[in-house]
Amino acid sequence: MKKLIAAFVGSMALAAAPVALSAEATKELKMAYDADPVTLDIHEQLSGGILQLSHMTFDPLLRWTQDLGFEPRLAESWERIDENTMRFKLREGVKFHSGNELTTADVKFTFDRLKESQDFKAIFKPFSGINVIDDYTFELVTSEPYPLLLNTATYIFPLDSEFYSGQTEDGKDKSAILKHGNSFASENLSGTGPYTVAERKQGVRVEFERFDDYWDSESPGNVGKIVLTPIKENATRVSALLSGGVDFIAPVPPNDLERIKRDNSTNLVTMSGTRIILFHMNQERVEAFKNPKVRQAIAYAINQEGIAAKIMKGFATPAAQMSPAGYQGHNESLTPRFDVARAKELMKEAGYEDGFTITMMAPNNRYVNDDKIAQAVAAMLARINIKVDLKTLPKAQYWPEYDNRAADMMMIGWHADTEDSANFYEFLTFCPDADSGAGQYNAGNYCNPEIDALVEKANVETDLDKRAAMLKDVEQRLYDDAAFIPLHWQDLAWAAKQNVKIEPVLNVMNFPYLGDLVVE
Amino acid sequence: MLAFLVQRISQALLVMFVISVIAFAIQDGLGDPLQEMVGMSVSEEEREAIREELGLNDPMVVQYLRFAGNALQGDLGNSYFYSKPTLEVIAEHLPATLELVIGASLIIVFLSVPIGVYAAIRPQAWLSKFFMGVSTVGISIPVFLTAIVLIQLFSIGVRVEWFPADTGWGQWLNGFFTTEGGLPSYGRGDELTHLFGTWESGFFTGTGLMHLVLPCVSLASIMLPLFIRLIRAEMMEVLQSDYIRYARAKGLGAGRINFLHALKNTMLPVITVGGVQIGIMVAYTILTETVFQWPGVGLMFLEAITRSDIPLIVAYLMVVGLIFVITNTVVDLVYGLVNPTVKLTGKKA
Repeated sequence: MKKLIAAFVGSMALAAAPVALSAEATKELKMAYDADPVTLDIHEQLSGGILQLSHMTFDPLLRWTQDLGFEPRLAESWERIDENTMRFKLREGVKFHSGNELTTADVKFTFDRLKESQDFKAIFKPFSGINVIDDYTFELVTSEPYPLLLNTATYIFPLDSEFYSGQTEDGKDKSAILKHGNSFASENLSGTGPYTVAERKQGVRVEFERFDDYWDSESPGNVGKIVLTPIKENATRVSALLSGGVDFIAPVPPNDLERIKRDNSTNLVTMSGTRIILFHMNQERVEAFKNPKVRQAIAYAINQEGIAAKIMKGFATPAAQMSPAGYQGHNESLTPRFDVARAKELMKEAGYEDGFTITMMAPNNRYVNDDKIAQAVAAMLARINIKVDLKTLPKAQYWPEYDNRAADMMMIGWHADTEDSANFYEFLTFCPDADSGAGQYNAGNYCNPEIDALVEKANVETDLDKRAAMLKDVEQRLYDDAAFIPLHWQDLAWAAKQNVKIEPVLNVMNFPYLGDLVVE
Repeated sequence: MLAFLVQRISQALLVMFVISVIAFAIQDGLGDPLQEMVGMSVSEEEREAIREELGLNDPMVVQYLRFAGNALQGDLGNSYFYSKPTLEVIAEHLPATLELVIGASLIIVFLSVPIGVYAAIRPQAWLSKFFMGVSTVGISIPVFLTAIVLIQLFSIGVRVEWFPADTGWGQWLNGFFTTEGGLPSYGRGDELTHLFGTWESGFFTGTGLMHLVLPCVSLASIMLPLFIRLIRAEMMEVLQSDYIRYARAKGLGAGRINFLHALKNTMLPVITVGGVQIGIMVAYTILTETVFQWPGVGLMFLEAITRSDIPLIVAYLMVVGLIFVITNTVVDLVYGLVNPTVKLTGKKA
């Protein structure tokens, strides 16, 4: 009997040996985010959490680098064929978790599914179709020249078409995208990415394992297993890192930045983010806001630097425009114009020296310190005799109010899904139009058709230098017109133990490329 | 007995009906569930289509009747977030909460009875005064703070250098106040023992027990002072009563008087209060579970609120209502066992 066991163990060891040799990924990483992915179907929801999951279990055609350039992933190379067409060459020999091989059929399947997805279809609207040339060549076609074609291609994470086709045992379509109710794709996953999902208990933990046949043999990543625990409470997440319960956390709350910096065993990484926090001034509700002088007066009355320093504890970059640095529309010459005397003067010129009373709403659990920021803004407006009646609400109740435009000034934070300036204008400053969906979040009802036309023109300009000049002009005009009150770009922060080298895999989009993570 | 149970069951149904009506009536104030289900850039048209599919556009009465019809067949709807039947979601989370409550209850029982009795028998002893003092402090510190302090002390650890390290006594005092940390500060750990159904227990493994320590202590910290004081006060009163004096006069031993005759009568009100408190404790776990990321129903409920997951909120409130009715029924039954003079309604005298 003993011999038998010994023989069995021996054969097991032999069987295990080749795997151990080919995969050097042996480290285990425990990490805590503020939430776990809501679903395994990466087309069900467009959110930060889902994109983080996408980069762990799938690979995009190409991805952003730290300096906002592109690097090839599943697409080896690409070239522009004509104004509306980009031809991609797919990497050969890439395997899905199921063992199937990646071909253009999978890309087409994914592209068609994205066009169906409620959350992604808007982003893929400029695309008219996909031409499959052969197994490893395909073309993406847009209906008009589209400068953001590559930006959008970062959202194409090819799905295993064979795995997601057909019917489940109880006769449901495997490729269905369901917002509610269980779909096959929301619980099963087969991608080309560095990790497979080994175990998932929603809201409690997700366990990832390194995919043995991962195509990217040059990836320095040496993590074999990742355990992701969602820890919503900020203090608990920080404690978990400091007590050694986890190796990597995100996000780090501003109040604890100092504490983590002081701790010798941990490493803090911060970056200036791309999410702009701003206030709209509703011209439909308040007559005075129609007067550009009043809007400018408010812009002069707000001390962005002060808010960033005092309330955000330096954890924000003061803003005077929507486009963050690195975006095409970012206009360096625009800086916060805090000057109370000038603000008072403008109010006087506009005939509102004695001020007026307005209502203001802000969420209190959506953005970092959102309610405190709103209080500060209200206090600053009091100095130019604008009395503010402020109400802050939890996000679940805030957004319905936002949709109703329930207050004269409302706060919103916006991140451009396309990582491009035009997205800001389309949603936040375009003349609101219910039919086309333009200006969907423009709670100021600001409307300047000239600016909108300029943005539309930039959207079909494929010469990127010319396009950048146009978008910079847009920022300048919005600034001069004080179309809205920008406050800051919220910073991003991650923290990890010293031996977890997170810095090279982080980026401003906040989807860490954990496949390439090195743990010493 | 049967009549008593029938009465209680009808009470439970009434309670659950009232809760469901109230929960339904306030759902408009809970926000728009769609905000958590779709990305920001999804158009209003798409949103409207999903609302229609979910039946959110129907009048409240229609929605309630649909819900009530399904509820009568044991179906409390699907959670928006988990995409599963709400009762299944609650069943998955309930064991974690029950273990937390059981752990905290054990701590309370094993500490409050001896301390309370001791403080009643020896009210003047310095140890009694010490316990009473500590319990006053304990009762006035919110559980959130207790939990964070416990994490700092026993999870992260504290280095104390208040005293001169070059003297022997200073070193000793520094060492005395410095804590090592190391206790887990979140979750239930990886090694859970599967008992039955959805029940995975942390009581049978070392790491499971370690994970239970801090959450149970913080949860117990709110109720423990209350019980110590309650037992002490009741016991002191009983010790003054005639039958105890008579027992003393008869020459019975102090142990027999205190622990058999006095303690039994002391426990009557304690059981009543205890039953109600266990229900309240299930509610208190919301805070404890949040701080320790304990995957129980409290945390689930809090997250359901932030996500406006209305079906889950309604189902949770109904289940908690049921738990309250059940614990009260059990308390009444136990009460009858401890004190035979108490008659349950419907039982012939």
